[in-house]
Amino acid sequence: MTTTVIHGESLGKRYRRGLHVETGLRHTIENFIRSPFSAFRGNGQESFWALKDVSLEVREGEVLGLIGRNGAGKTTLLKILSRITRPTTGWAEIHGRVGSLLEVGTGFHPELTGRENTFLSGAILGMSKREIERKFDEIVAFAELEKFIDTQVKHYSSGMYVRLAFAVAAHLEPEILLVDEVLAVGDINFQRKCLGKMGDVARAGRTVVLVSHQLNQIRRLCSRAAWIDAGLIRSEGTAPSVIGAYEAAMFSEGLSACDHSDGQNLVRFLRWELEVKDSNQPHVLSTLGPFHVNFQVETRKPIHRGVHGAALLNAGRDIVWASAVDSLELSPGFHTFSHGFPSLPVRPGAYFWQVSLWEDDQQLELWDCSPEMIVASEVHQHPLDEWSGVLNIPVSFRTLKREDLRA
Amino acid sequence: MASLTAPPRPIAPLCAAPVTLRIEPPHGWFELRLREVWEYRELLYFFVWRDVKVRYKQTLVGVAWVILQPLLTMAVFTLFFGKLAKLPSQGLPYPVFYFAALVPWMYFSYSLQSATNVVVENQRVITKVYFPRLVLPISAVVSGLVDFAIGFLVLVCVTLVFGIHPGLAALWLPAFLLLAILTALGVGLWMSALNALYRDVRYVMPFVAQFWMFASPVAYPSSLVPERWRWLYGLNPMAGVIDGFRWALTGHGQPPGPVLLASAGMVGAVLLGGLLFFQRMEGTVADRA
Repeated sequence: MTTTVIHGESLGKRYRRGLHVETGLRHTIENFIRSPFSAFRGNGQESFWALKDVSLEVREGEVLGLIGRNGAGKTTLLKILSRITRPTTGWAEIHGRVGSLLEVGTGFHPELTGRENTFLSGAILGMSKREIERKFDEIVAFAELEKFIDTQVKHYSSGMYVRLAFAVAAHLEPEILLVDEVLAVGDINFQRKCLGKMGDVARAGRTVVLVSHQLNQIRRLCSRAAWIDAGLIRSEGTAPSVIGAYEAAMFSEGLSACDHSDGQNLVRFLRWELEVKDSNQPHVLSTLGPFHVNFQVETRKPIHRGVHGAALLNAGRDIVWASAVDSLELSPGFHTFSHGFPSLPVRPGAYFWQVSLWEDDQQLELWDCSPEMIVASEVHQHPLDEWSGVLNIPVSFRTLKREDLRA
Repeated sequence: MASLTAPPRPIAPLCAAPVTLRIEPPHGWFELRLREVWEYRELLYFFVWRDVKVRYKQTLVGVAWVILQPLLTMAVFTLFFGKLAKLPSQGLPYPVFYFAALVPWMYFSYSLQSATNVVVENQRVITKVYFPRLVLPISAVVSGLVDFAIGFLVLVCVTLVFGIHPGLAALWLPAFLLLAILTALGVGLWMSALNALYRDVRYVMPFVAQFWMFASPVAYPSSLVPERWRWLYGLNPMAGVIDGFRWALTGHGQPPGPVLLASAGMVGAVLLGGLLFFQRMEGTVADRA
């Protein structure tokens, strides 16, 4: 059980900026005219290392979680291991059939029916036609779409679409599965079902490498974790220890806890936290009572007629709550935007805050807050998963007899 | 350079388990991985199946369009190039003369343009999952064959209606079709790779296709081309394909000669170059999204 199935040795990936879609033939011709020898080599173009020097080893049956900020290189590493892009330096060796899941609904075509898309997406993800035929009924049942399987996908609701896409992906059975963040969508029940399925995959001895921003998910699923920071592995070990180190660094570094520190913005959101009585967990809400959510923002210029937007999104990116506060006058410095909630009676799970600051119809900053907020308040819900609703409120109940009514 | 220090690349394993995969930086120009394309033939089938299905689902008249398009073009050509300009037609009725050229030409032109765009149109899938990218232009060229098959049936009907019965020469048809497929693929590989690098290419392609049509004997017989330029003309493989189609189907015009060999050689060179260039681009295409 301790065979190494993924072995990577000083993997690095350099991207050239400026070689993106905007560059056309004209650009190359101009460069060629200016300097005929270097134009085609891309010399002098701005380049950056998305991944610098990452060596890793994953053993058979292991579930490895990759954590780190946006742009740290997690996805790049996954793309190298799944052969979507090739490394600039280093090498890796993989023993076994690899399946990668970097997106939900890879290859789906809106004009095709659910049945047709199941085959198409399955084939693109690496299943053989026979394999898909064999699992077809199971996939449809898993997605709970028996009645709509011959409907064009463009007529599906987003929930149905995601369910089918997941069902196909969940039935992928490679020896090594590389997963990027895809479990962040879908409603929580279906997520749970998928997590269960993935747990089965892990228990069946398959190897999984999982990228996620939801630290709780990593905690639940992964035996080991690696924290990637600025293209390097900063820490690696058991999941709880690495996640602990990562969280500690994010909170203590304050400034660097934000995902978007390019240093040029005049306005930056730095961090967010909950202020709850008798609680020291800044990102876990375990009460149905009152609390404050505070967003710290740094402004480097005076702001007049500022508008601050805040929104709470659920895992399916539906807006649960949102507000806009206008006519803000802010002097340069650090400010805290504090929203006081009497209660947030939503179903337990992962939620995301999104905050923005505008001035005169111009967006100065938008932050998808990290980490996510975990709502873990006591449950006042139907005991069955499929009946657990959006709201989680302690509702009172009584029965009345006829006589009482007349009285 | 990394490619100098990296260990030598092992020979790609067959499908048998356990599979060991080696991931390394790209190694220069000569890396043909055609066997891998064969291993992914099922995916090729699914891409073709998707293209055909989506195309016929989206158009209102569906299959009828495939027949109407060459028929209408034939009518226009017959009227303007035939009746008005009175171009010679190798003794064939104008409708047969034009239709026999338009069916292979439209296949070629359609395949070339869809091969040009196929990488860009599938950018999303390319950045999310691995498969040999070569599958895409091949699928573009193959899926055009469905239209071709329908057009060809109509062509046979038109020929018979005008009282022309194909002879033994018709056995040459698959060879000419193969030449058309390989030409579309060869040029398509270059164009789709270039299109992934420079998006301008997709806007240029319709003009190239139109220009190419007039450089091929679609609207006129190749006998109009002066004898001393004929060798240059032969370097255009589609000239051989179209002349060949007319000849194989009707017996009129010139049978394939040494010029066709030159065409085949030309196609071979373009195809090989296209494969190398495409695979060179393949390694970086996902990085350009």
